[in-house]
Amino acid sequence: MHERVLLIEDEPHIVEALSFLLTREGLSVSTHSDGSNAAETAARLTPDLVILDVMLPGKSGFDILSEIRGTEGMAETPVLMLTAKGQSRDRAAAQAAGASMFMTKPFSNREIVANIKALLA
Amino acid sequence: MISFNILVSICLLYVLGLFAVAYAAERWAETGRFAILRSPLVYTLSISVYCTAWTFYGAVGSAARNGLEFVAIYLGPTLVFVGWWWLLHKLVRIGRVQRITSIADLLSSRYGKSGGLAVLVTVLAVVGTTPYIALQLQSMTLSFAVFTTATGAPAPSPTVTAFYVAAGLAVFTIIFGTRNLDANERHHGVVTAIAVEAVVKLAALLSVGIFVVWGVASGPADIFARMDPELLQSSQVFNTRWVMLNFLSACAIICLPRMFQVIVVENSNERHLATASWAFPLYLFLMSLFVLPIAIAGQSILAPDANPDLFVLTVPLDQGQQTLATLAFLGGFSSATSMVIVASIALSTMMSNHIVLPLWLRMNASRNPASDDVRDLLLRSRRASIAVVVALGYVYFQFNGGTGALASIGLIAFLGVAQVLPALLGGLFWHSATRPAAIASICTGFFIWAYTLFVPSFSGAALMGPEALASGPFGISWLAPQNLLGVGITDPLVHAVFWSLGLNTVVFVVVSLLTTPSAIERLQSVQFINVFGQVSPRRGITRSTAIEDLLVLAQRILGREEAMALFRAQARHQGKDSPLPDATNELIATLEREIAGSVGAAAAHAMMAQVTGGSEISFEDMIAVADETAQIMEYSARLETQSKELEQAAAQLRDANAKLTELGAQKDTFLSQVSHELRTPMTSIRTFSEILQDGDTLAPEQLNHFATIIHSESIRLTRLLDDILDLSFMENGRVQLNLETVPVQSIIDRALATTQAQANELGAVIRRDTTAEQITLYTDADRLSQVLINLVTNALKHCGTTPPEVSVLSGLHDGKLLITVADNGRGISEDDIDLIFEKFSKLSKKFTSGSAGLGLPISREIVKNLGGTLVYAGSSMGAVFRITLPLRTTETPESA
Repeated sequence: MHERVLLIEDEPHIVEALSFLLTREGLSVSTHSDGSNAAETAARLTPDLVILDVMLPGKSGFDILSEIRGTEGMAETPVLMLTAKGQSRDRAAAQAAGASMFMTKPFSNREIVANIKALLA
Repeated sequence: MISFNILVSICLLYVLGLFAVAYAAERWAETGRFAILRSPLVYTLSISVYCTAWTFYGAVGSAARNGLEFVAIYLGPTLVFVGWWWLLHKLVRIGRVQRITSIADLLSSRYGKSGGLAVLVTVLAVVGTTPYIALQLQSMTLSFAVFTTATGAPAPSPTVTAFYVAAGLAVFTIIFGTRNLDANERHHGVVTAIAVEAVVKLAALLSVGIFVVWGVASGPADIFARMDPELLQSSQVFNTRWVMLNFLSACAIICLPRMFQVIVVENSNERHLATASWAFPLYLFLMSLFVLPIAIAGQSILAPDANPDLFVLTVPLDQGQQTLATLAFLGGFSSATSMVIVASIALSTMMSNHIVLPLWLRMNASRNPASDDVRDLLLRSRRASIAVVVALGYVYFQFNGGTGALASIGLIAFLGVAQVLPALLGGLFWHSATRPAAIASICTGFFIWAYTLFVPSFSGAALMGPEALASGPFGISWLAPQNLLGVGITDPLVHAVFWSLGLNTVVFVVVSLLTTPSAIERLQSVQFINVFGQVSPRRGITRSTAIEDLLVLAQRILGREEAMALFRAQARHQGKDSPLPDATNELIATLEREIAGSVGAAAAHAMMAQVTGGSEISFEDMIAVADETAQIMEYSARLETQSKELEQAAAQLRDANAKLTELGAQKDTFLSQVSHELRTPMTSIRTFSEILQDGDTLAPEQLNHFATIIHSESIRLTRLLDDILDLSFMENGRVQLNLETVPVQSIIDRALATTQAQANELGAVIRRDTTAEQITLYTDADRLSQVLINLVTNALKHCGTTPPEVSVLSGLHDGKLLITVADNGRGISEDDIDLIFEKFSKLSKKFTSGSAGLGLPISREIVKNLGGTLVYAGSSMGAVFRITLPLRTTETPESA
């Protein structure tokens, strides 16, 4: 059974790239590009892992993460946060919000895949 | 029955007793024993020198004649001591600080150390006091006569009695009044003797009163039952005259030379005044307590023709109370002697300091005042002055003796000395009061007083005939001394008060306003009026003086040892080891004050000026002071300006700092945003290029697709960098503009040609009015069309209607070119309008997708660089952007 990954990201080319990579690794990828109802989507899909961008239209990634963590059954779901700002402030905020891992764009394909596999293991 | 000879013996013994008290007090003061001598009680009792024979005998007489009128004489001083305590306090403080020796010295010192004013006040004081001294002599003579009549013993004539009394008083005063030169060293002996006399007169009056109430009558109720009811219903009480009497006696307590002497000059401690402020009114109260009973008793038991002025003596005599009568006699004797002693001391100080010494200085102008023994001269002149003052009183008594009631003579004296009141009060409280005003006002008041009250007081035709008195000199009725201008004031005293003090005050105020105080008057006015503030030493006058000259002068006047002590103290104060201090301005000022304590301010100033080598304070000195003051003021003004400038600079720095902080924060935000915007396309590029690197077997379409993404993201990256640089340059105003004169039409043509393809794709309608575009403009055509392309592209993309309609319209308004780009969409919500020009804002990003949200900010900067504005002017009918540009057609800017 394929493990399911929910990718919450607004930049279409990045969505396309990550979908390609993860599908190639045998994961089942769902995508969501808008911040406002991302948490509902996550609650509905109950994925095995969430990849979450910090800067989303409508709602900040930190808020969405808090909502996900508050969703029943998702308190322990691994969440990998992505940011394009790369400031330590964001890293701290992500940890405080309950992110399992934090990566800065641009990232290496090999690294992100390895991290995702580690989180799913 | 006590014989005349026994009475004289008792008087002599009493005087000898006073001598002993005075002498002992002097010794005790020197050795510092018997602190009670310096107690406020002695001070208060010495003030009772106010109660002379006039009050002792005359109050009963006044009560017998006019009922309660006599109360005014006690009430006025009481009001001053209770209500005007602060005025007395100010006088005492000034007296101490300025080493004032007399009331003449006070006025002279206040009004520029004027010698002329001092002479004037001295003359006024002598003239005003002479009748008063005569009054004392008269009362003593009368009281002697009472005993003579009662015993039937042979007695010398009244004039002989008066002569011996006067001579005796003069001797006593000379011995104890001129032992010390410095009036401010105070006459401990005399003051103590006066205090003893105060106790005697109070005891005498109280004894007679008690005898009358409980000995003659059977208690207060009985004595008042005997009262003639007319006495209290007299119309003389609580009328204008009564108010005037209150006022006059209030003035007297301040202005009478002897009162000034005991209150101000003899004051050794300002705190004593606090005690006196209640104790002296109490003393007056006790003195007045039995006045009415004694008057009633005298009227009820003595013959109707008995002199009411002597009831105090005649009532006990009539009742056969010899001892009590003798005590009463001693009370009256004490009242008279204490007044004569203090008055003659006060007047002699004034005469020697303000008349004799200045005359001597003038006559010996070439000689250094330090070269002769001024001290000796002063002592001799003081002794002579005392003799002269007492002699004047005796002469007045001879001339005017036996006439007039005691009270009326006292009132004449009161009003005479009250003439200094306007100048005195003005000097204490009004900076604009001037010397000419003081002189003019005192002269005016003095003259009117003499004309309306003093001269008419001489009975007979001595100075002015009864006709002239009644109908005016030479028959000029409006000049009638007791009815000036025919105002019809019937009471001569009220008439005189009204005219003399009224005109006096008017003259004082008017002349003060018309004249300007001299520099030294200004200095003194500050010292006087602000005496409770900080007393700043006079400064700024540089004088080169040999310290030895100053020492010699000080020794002559202050005495050898005291001068040396003063100089040693000053040297220590200056921090020098030698006994001689430097002749600093401070020293000169101190020395002048010390010498003023002996010879008065005016003379001290003149002497110091002679020694220090200038006549008066010279014009140059004053200029130097003025210059220094001006420099200080200028300096402080400069400091003030500098401090203001510093404040401004600090405020500017704070602003700049705040701005920098804000700019720093903006820069951080901007860099963070730039970083974010750059990382996003880079992420796509890296990810896809790594996928390509992996060498997976990708379908050719997929391969192509990924390469296309990499390509477009690279272009996006490049454009983003270009935009950032562009914006940065423009924000700093460093953009290179390529200005030329072009028709507006061609600019719009160019913009629409670029957006043509996009418009066609969307089936959009583009409207324009080419006839309105026939305007030429001096501008950067490329940049302006860049703005238009941005706006049109935004409109096409975001208006959200199908088909989009975009109108690009131009026109002139207020001499400016307007270009509007409008669409038929929903427009921008009001909340977002402020955000659309923000860099990287989500809205601006939306409006310019593909270019990372810098389109509108860049457009606005371009228009700004071209000298115009770009604003959003849309509504719900559609988004409208309006460009306003100055209509320049050549390089000359802003030609309308």
